[in-house]
Amino acid sequence: MKFLVLISNVPDTTTKIRFVDDNKAFDTTGVQWIINPWDELALTRAVELKEAGGIEKITVANVGESITEATLRKALAVGADDAIRIEAKPKDAFYVATQLAQVAKDYDVVMVGIEASDYNGSAVGGMLAEILGFNSVSAVSGMNIENGQLSLTREIDGGQQKIDVETPVVTIVQKGIAIDPRIPAMRGIMMARKKPLTVVPAVDAEEKTEYISFELPPPKAACKLVDEDNVKELVRLLQEEAKVL
Amino acid sequence: MSLLVYTENWDGKFKKLSFELVSYAKAMADKLNLPVTALSIGNVADDELKQLGNYGASKVLNVADNRFDSLDNKALAEAVAHAAKSENAQIIIFSHNNVGKAIAPRVAVKLNGGLVSGVTALPESFDPFVVKKKVFTQKAFAHVQIDPDIKILTLAQNSFELIETENNAVTETYDPQVADDVFSTTVKETNKVTGKVLLTDAEIVISGGRGMKGPENWGQLEELADILGAGLSCSRPVSDEGWRGHEEHVGQTGKIIAPNLYFTFGISGAIQHLGGVSSSKFIVAINKDPEAPIFEAADYGIVGDLFKVLPQLIEEVKKM
Repeated sequence: MKFLVLISNVPDTTTKIRFVDDNKAFDTTGVQWIINPWDELALTRAVELKEAGGIEKITVANVGESITEATLRKALAVGADDAIRIEAKPKDAFYVATQLAQVAKDYDVVMVGIEASDYNGSAVGGMLAEILGFNSVSAVSGMNIENGQLSLTREIDGGQQKIDVETPVVTIVQKGIAIDPRIPAMRGIMMARKKPLTVVPAVDAEEKTEYISFELPPPKAACKLVDEDNVKELVRLLQEEAKVL
Repeated sequence: MSLLVYTENWDGKFKKLSFELVSYAKAMADKLNLPVTALSIGNVADDELKQLGNYGASKVLNVADNRFDSLDNKALAEAVAHAAKSENAQIIIFSHNNVGKAIAPRVAVKLNGGLVSGVTALPESFDPFVVKKKVFTQKAFAHVQIDPDIKILTLAQNSFELIETENNAVTETYDPQVADDVFSTTVKETNKVTGKVLLTDAEIVISGGRGMKGPENWGQLEELADILGAGLSCSRPVSDEGWRGHEEHVGQTGKIIAPNLYFTFGISGAIQHLGGVSSSKFIVAINKDPEAPIFEAADYGIVGDLFKVLPQLIEEVKKM
């Protein structure tokens, strides 16, 4: 089975979010870029399955400008075999999914994190599946290969299901797919430098949505503190002021 | 033309979020002078379907077809798109939950529409069509314009009030004509936790962090949750240590929740944790460290020993 893991290049999760250009653009000054946390878990699981002998090849792909290559190299260091960068500025989800479709059509299993931690769209995986006519499974928290067949666990409200699904398929994965993201070892980092990273030109595609402007949430009022021996007062505030008890 | 809302059911029942979704659609439809059609897929009794009318649906399309029970994404998307076409729906609304997130992007591609997910309010304008959504994992908002004629939205949970109306919905049996060979998902086993309040449904969530010191101390949190009918959650270190199951982890990479009251015990409030809970209406922090960042996010707090606070709190809420 050939696996494609989609990698979104996102600001480090501790980044202080700021906007520039009259709140029309995200301020990338000084931002550290990382593999989207859910994509990193997806990749970790793919590498584990490859080590167990179930996968022939893992490719990682993203849509981005050359600055994103550092993130792809990190994915190679974690254990992917090769990388593809589609040379384009990622616009909206449909634009990105259309770009990825030209690459993903040749794979049996596509893995993508349930959302990217920047624009929180949760859309590229499903769109890609629909463009290619692949099935998709969302909220996947477990993946195994048993006798050459893909076996998945997915989260449903209040529980989990074990399911079989035919390939090719796009799996949209979340926490649980792997416990901790794999940290690249020095050997992996050395090897990653020699692994192939192919740059593919973008295809013509539409953008269907546009980010007009951004805003930060209003500052929060100061926390009202109650003495530790006066829990009664806390309960009163929650009942009478907040009206939530 | 119409607005179509996909109302998921849970073992034949709707939830508050189903009615929230219909209320939202109705408020939008009133501004556009359009009717709301709800689409229900799965076995739901007539009385239950009628309830959608109470929140503003004028028509309910009922697809009582158990082939969809496997939640096959491709088949569900085909069914919703079929209904959208036959209702000439210009706006299609899903919940921003597991199923909504799974199907909405597929429907958007099928109908050549534009999708915005995790919308938090009614559109700011209809021409151009602009909606507000959360970005950067709840750290900011964006205003997004949808260009194509067909607009597809997923609504963030707990972002719209329920509004009851005098409407009476007409229920129609509907066949979305999805062929057998479209379905390719087979459910082998379903494990559901019963008797627990689901975190995504809970109005109050009680949450424990590393300050709880160990899994043996969770009894008091469970007791408090029981009395309040609250859901129980934890921070990432707690689930990573195996003190509690991963299904209870709330935060950026765990579950994202938006209860009315989020009650934390011994949680410091790392930015990744706050990313999953900052949509809560009120946050209460109990932590011994006055410098803990949770106090910047909290509305009410106690700087002190949670093991002294918890028993008092249990006594107080028992009196309510």
